Amino acid sequence: MKKYMGKGVYSAIAIGRISVFKKKDLAVKRMRCEDTETEKKRVENAKNLAKEQIGTLYEKALKEVGEANAQIFEIHMMMLDDEDYNESIDNIIDTQKVNAEYAVAVTADNFSEMFLAMDDAYMQARSADIKDISNRIIANLTGIKSEGNQLDDKVIICADDLAPSETVSLDKDKVLAFVTAHGSSNSHTAILARNMNIPAIIGVGDAFLDEIRDGQSAIVDGYAGEIYLEPDEETMQEFVLKQQNDEEHRKLLQNLKGKENVTLDGTKINIFANIGGVDNIGAVLANDAGGIGLFRSEFLYLENSDFPTEEQQFTAYRKVLESMAGKKVIIRTLDIGADKQADYFGLKKEENPALGMRAIRICLTRPEIFRTQLRALYRASVFGKLGIMFPMITSESEVRKVLEICNEVKSELKQEGIEYSENVELGIMIETPAAAIISDKLAPLVDFFSVGTNDLTQYTLACDRQNPDIENFVDTHHEAILRLIEMSAKNAHKNGAWIGICGELAADTTLTETFLKMGIDELSVSPSFVLKVRDVVRKIDINK
Amino acid sequence: MKTFNYTIIDELGIHARPAGMLVKTAKDLDSEITLTKGDKTAGASKLMMIMGLGVKKGDTVVVTIDGGDEEKSYDVMKDFFESNL
Repeated sequence: MKKYMGKGVYSAIAIGRISVFKKKDLAVKRMRCEDTETEKKRVENAKNLAKEQIGTLYEKALKEVGEANAQIFEIHMMMLDDEDYNESIDNIIDTQKVNAEYAVAVTADNFSEMFLAMDDAYMQARSADIKDISNRIIANLTGIKSEGNQLDDKVIICADDLAPSETVSLDKDKVLAFVTAHGSSNSHTAILARNMNIPAIIGVGDAFLDEIRDGQSAIVDGYAGEIYLEPDEETMQEFVLKQQNDEEHRKLLQNLKGKENVTLDGTKINIFANIGGVDNIGAVLANDAGGIGLFRSEFLYLENSDFPTEEQQFTAYRKVLESMAGKKVIIRTLDIGADKQADYFGLKKEENPALGMRAIRICLTRPEIFRTQLRALYRASVFGKLGIMFPMITSESEVRKVLEICNEVKSELKQEGIEYSENVELGIMIETPAAAIISDKLAPLVDFFSVGTNDLTQYTLACDRQNPDIENFVDTHHEAILRLIEMSAKNAHKNGAWIGICGELAADTTLTETFLKMGIDELSVSPSFVLKVRDVVRKIDINK
Repeated sequence: MKTFNYTIIDELGIHARPAGMLVKTAKDLDSEITLTKGDKTAGASKLMMIMGLGVKKGDTVVVTIDGGDEEKSYDVMKDFFESNL
């Protein structure tokens, strides 16, 4: 058994045999051609054929992945008609007196380089589209059959990389999974795999390609982004079981995806997802969460050996906002301290770290760290719908100080002529009893509350989260906690703010009805719980 | 010659999809239409050049309409930007 790692772009498990996807050999030779008119005519014919082929792909994609995703092939058609692209091909044939294949290949290189040079990840990915259409023309010119790779059985397709047209042209019923040695998670192929509900792993590397042969048995674990080549008995059993559980979840998904989070009596609630890094966005979208209720920014600090720069943070925040395409994303400012430590912060050893220098306390003591994060957040705010949430609040003065710093950061950006959105929602975590008790004073200052039930429980019941010996004393349904949440909800609503719950209690479906009755506006849970909670919500009648 | 300025409010800017729609719309008009962002200009009927401008949300583009039925082309383009971008 051998194991390879890449990046999972669609979380599911596939077990089956490998089929190596063979690329047509499109090595193009430069040849001298005096009869330029014939060459230009050949390009014209190859292009017309390409348009027909892409038209067929468009129809297929329309059925399999929907209009929004099929549109890429419409764009491909238009690219084929692009004046500059065509002029460039003709021009190369005329001036250099070369064969059509060569002229198309050179043009493809030039145009794809133009896109690669742009400072925008989306536009950079368009270079793959240029290559895709150009390779199709070249294949037509050389007479190589373009839709090769006939599949007999259900197989795991392994390739160097796949163009969108190659992905869609494969017979979906015969593909168990995609595994590519290269490619990016923003590529259309990754997006198409997601929409075709096919487990896919990208970027596994060349070593994997060298190792595989047609017919080898393999397990594709799209959750972990891992591939097991010729798995042993034990691994096989483990994944057969996982696959079964997966199937049950998928049924839930099919029944509930796209459905509203609404109770029998018509009460609506938002169900968002909690994530701890950019890598989890796929799971958020796959589970149909309405937004991100808690994006923990700690990973930026914990994965680094020094303070992450403004640019590093900006890139991550922008990515999550762009990926969520206008859905709400609530990012929590750094929550380092207590159980989450990064050496370079140089925090002192504490007797009682949970009651010590952590989260907003670090930010207010060392505002330069906080400002860097806020600048990155505000700069990213123009790329989606951002909310910023501050952890470990205990007093009004802390909130005022935080808001003051936010305003300073904004005017600083304005002075520098850097754009930011004026519609960023600001909220605080309710995770200390103090914050809940004075929530009437805090609510007028902010747009929203988010209850962090894990810490709220620890601080209210005086029970250390890290100590397993006192587990029996931790009653997460303790009336004191529920009262604090209810009190916060009332005060939020009185002041026109909304309130969500982002701790573990949000996914506790025995409390969903209680939360709905309190008027909680949003529950934010791990991506895999989104549909379970939705399922429960849709069966509740709060009037009963 | 007529011109207007437009500031993009679409989250994604002029990405592939609206660029494609713009090209279609512009080709149906008898005027010469160009887009300018900063020091770069592209003909509105040229897909790749338009995408190459890299127009993002918040960017202001100058749309220039020259020749043909300028009155009509102006209205069509203005309407296109306002409803799609």
